[in-house]
Amino acid sequence: MSEITANAALSDDPSARYYVADHHPENGTLLGFWLYLMSDCLLFAGLFAAYAVLGRNYAGGPSGAELFELSTIAINTGFLLMSSITYGFAMIASQRKNLKATIIWLGITGLFGMAFLYLEIEEFMHLIHIGAGPQRSAFLTSFFALVGTHGLHVTFGSIWLITLMFQLGKHGLTGENKRRLMCLSMFWHFLDVIWIGVFTFVYLMGVLP
Amino acid sequence: MTMSEHTLTPNHPILGRLSWESIPLHEPILVGTFAMVALGGLAFLAVMFKFRLWGPLWKNWITSIDHKRIGIMYMILGIIMLLRGFADALMMRAQQAMAFGDNAGFLPPHHYDQVFTAHGTIMIFFVAMPLVTGLMNYVVPLQIGARDVSFPFLNNFSFWMTTFGGMLTMVSLFVGEFAKTGWLAFPPLSGIMASPDVGVDYYIWSLQIAGVGTTLSGVNLIATIVKMRAPGMDLMKMPVFTWTALCTNALIVATFPILTITLAMLSLDRMVGTNFFTNDLGGNPMLYVNLIWIWGHPEVYILILPVFGVFSEIVSTFSAKRLFGYTSMVYATVVITILSYLVWLHHFFTMGSGASVNSFFGITTMIISIPTGAKIFNWLFTMYKGRIRFDVPMLWTVGFMLTFVIGGMTGVMLAVPPADFVLHNSLFLIAHFHNVIIGGVVFGLFAGMNYWFPKAFGFKLDEFWGKVCFWCWLVGFWVAFTPLYVMGFMGVTRRMNHFEDPSLQIWFVIAAIGALIIAGGIGAFLMQIYVSWRDREKLRDVTGDPWGGRTLEWATSSPPPDYNFAFTPVVHDSDSWADMKAHGYKRPTKGFVDIHMPKNTAAGFIISALAFVMGFALVWQMWALAIVGFVAMMAAIITHTFNYKRDFYIKADEVVRTEEAHTRLLESHV
Repeated sequence: MSEITANAALSDDPSARYYVADHHPENGTLLGFWLYLMSDCLLFAGLFAAYAVLGRNYAGGPSGAELFELSTIAINTGFLLMSSITYGFAMIASQRKNLKATIIWLGITGLFGMAFLYLEIEEFMHLIHIGAGPQRSAFLTSFFALVGTHGLHVTFGSIWLITLMFQLGKHGLTGENKRRLMCLSMFWHFLDVIWIGVFTFVYLMGVLP
Repeated sequence: MTMSEHTLTPNHPILGRLSWESIPLHEPILVGTFAMVALGGLAFLAVMFKFRLWGPLWKNWITSIDHKRIGIMYMILGIIMLLRGFADALMMRAQQAMAFGDNAGFLPPHHYDQVFTAHGTIMIFFVAMPLVTGLMNYVVPLQIGARDVSFPFLNNFSFWMTTFGGMLTMVSLFVGEFAKTGWLAFPPLSGIMASPDVGVDYYIWSLQIAGVGTTLSGVNLIATIVKMRAPGMDLMKMPVFTWTALCTNALIVATFPILTITLAMLSLDRMVGTNFFTNDLGGNPMLYVNLIWIWGHPEVYILILPVFGVFSEIVSTFSAKRLFGYTSMVYATVVITILSYLVWLHHFFTMGSGASVNSFFGITTMIISIPTGAKIFNWLFTMYKGRIRFDVPMLWTVGFMLTFVIGGMTGVMLAVPPADFVLHNSLFLIAHFHNVIIGGVVFGLFAGMNYWFPKAFGFKLDEFWGKVCFWCWLVGFWVAFTPLYVMGFMGVTRRMNHFEDPSLQIWFVIAAIGALIIAGGIGAFLMQIYVSWRDREKLRDVTGDPWGGRTLEWATSSPPPDYNFAFTPVVHDSDSWADMKAHGYKRPTKGFVDIHMPKNTAAGFIISALAFVMGFALVWQMWALAIVGFVAMMAAIITHTFNYKRDFYIKADEVVRTEEAHTRLLESHV
């Protein structure tokens, strides 16, 4: 408000208190991306709700306790959590204006992401192979949908990550690229948070009797 | 096609399920419609080529990221789709008025079922939503003193996703068929066993494509309202329309993802054979009904809240008074926003959740009438002792208050679970929701269009035809829907193709007459636009403030320049323009600077067109084309992210030229 009064005080014109020549600040991107993430979160909420309703409807088929191999899932969870940490290192490097280190840390993040996806696809293939595919029962339907949607997000995140590495190489750590780095950072950590939910509600609680 | 044929016929490797039999040549109504659409399309093409309009259309409209042009395009989309949705309504009314006893009417059941499904789907998703979004898009940035929305490219993209979603629905008219399930496509009816044809797939992919657009447009407008308000405009100085737009877009972001995921689950059940909503292997159809109404109930508030804002602006402008109870109006809006999320189960009390659950949802539903009632009283007290001018927008407002209150009362009746058990799925329900949607949303949209048209085009809409339109709609609505209330009490159910009891026929004939009167209203509206365009010099608004408005959109010229405001306005009052006028505000005429603006882009149109191709391919299970469409879409998105030159400056001397032209115009009309 101080600039407004200053503006009016500088002029004798009574209209002067009703306008400023300054341009609007345009810093809506991070808020907008947050809102998008919240909408995405509701997408997952729908899938979690479906899992909560259908997750024990085995229809005579296998249950989570019979199917889940927690040791593999634990390794997978480790990959994803590590990828969040390495993304954090990329952000630190970008704040130190170290382009090369930023790109390298992003690359490591991407590798962890792909390792996660590899293990997930392996798990899915195995389940389908032993006749526990998504068509088998409502439990497996909701399981594949929830975990698969998360996996799809990680896939798109990885494509975005590779794209951004190219763009960083081309334009450097400009304001625009820093903003994109920040958005992808939020996206990546968001997927981690969702995975914590999946790990807890689907896998850990799934192996309970 | 029976189920066994369906599984026995292998799909064509390229064309999937599409074959010559998918083109409904045996349906005379559809062939006739196609001929008319084709003639209209040819006439459009002829005009475009004759006057060489393709370039301007592409440059100024299709690729435009100007929120004003996008807003106008949304309105055009909504009005065109209104004609389609209303044609469906007339066909239903005609069918029900004649199909008694031996007379089977002119629509066989499989066609009639598509008509009522398309009517509901189109009216909500491709009429009401675009019109509401169009108004918000046009007005909100002007009301908050901004030059555009937060994400102008995203805005263009959202519009084209909505439009291509609508186009996919329209294609189903001539290639294949639409869903026969009712507008929310409940399983198991919409599952692959009961609906093996493409209709439900058209429904799903139309809504999925349009839904992406709606969600992103919600994100965009929230960010705009939160981040781009003029200096001095704190939240409690925002115009009420902007407040309602904020709440509506919060609801959009909070509910459309649920629609998206629910339809995704339904399409997985249909395409992959999963068991979310099937009757066997542990699926649960009522899960779908719950999820879809968790989106569906807030959806009706998404539609009604912005028109509450429209009426608030109009009532205070045409009463020449500050809105009564601004603060309570804002709180009422916020309370409705929150409560709208807590009532979804009242759409299926008959599910049998038990007395406690039904009571909870019955009571939350009834509570909504309290903030809504507060709004009605605020409007009445605004009018009280005001200098009321009964221009067309104000007529719609008064018509709304009378009509909507009755629709609200029948809503409270339906909120009582025991009453609902009797009235569920009856014509009483149909009469109720048309009473609030026509009497609320449609009346509000007409009020808003009449109110802001001079701002958008620089001339007012013709008053005579505006009044004809209003009276036709008001009278037509009551003639069309009172019989439905009456028959609802008699126990007549909805979606019937044929009746046995001849004593009901008179009521359906009256309802059909009502629909014809409404048709007269729509005709009068089109006439109003034509006459106003013809007499545009006489109706010209040179001041930028034709109604004695009170908010910032009236502070700039009509139509506003590309940059909306040469200087950023500073706000000291909730009725900021009224405040400026009261203090003898004079437009600044010098000191202009360069203005930073976003650049047009074709990316939104291209990505959406590719989404349309992918959606069409998925409907017909043309897997190769679907993959090509998806990969092309991803490539277009990634290519767009490599475009770093997205803005430009309107030079100060161009701003000077524009502003001086406006000054001259103002002086010549003093």
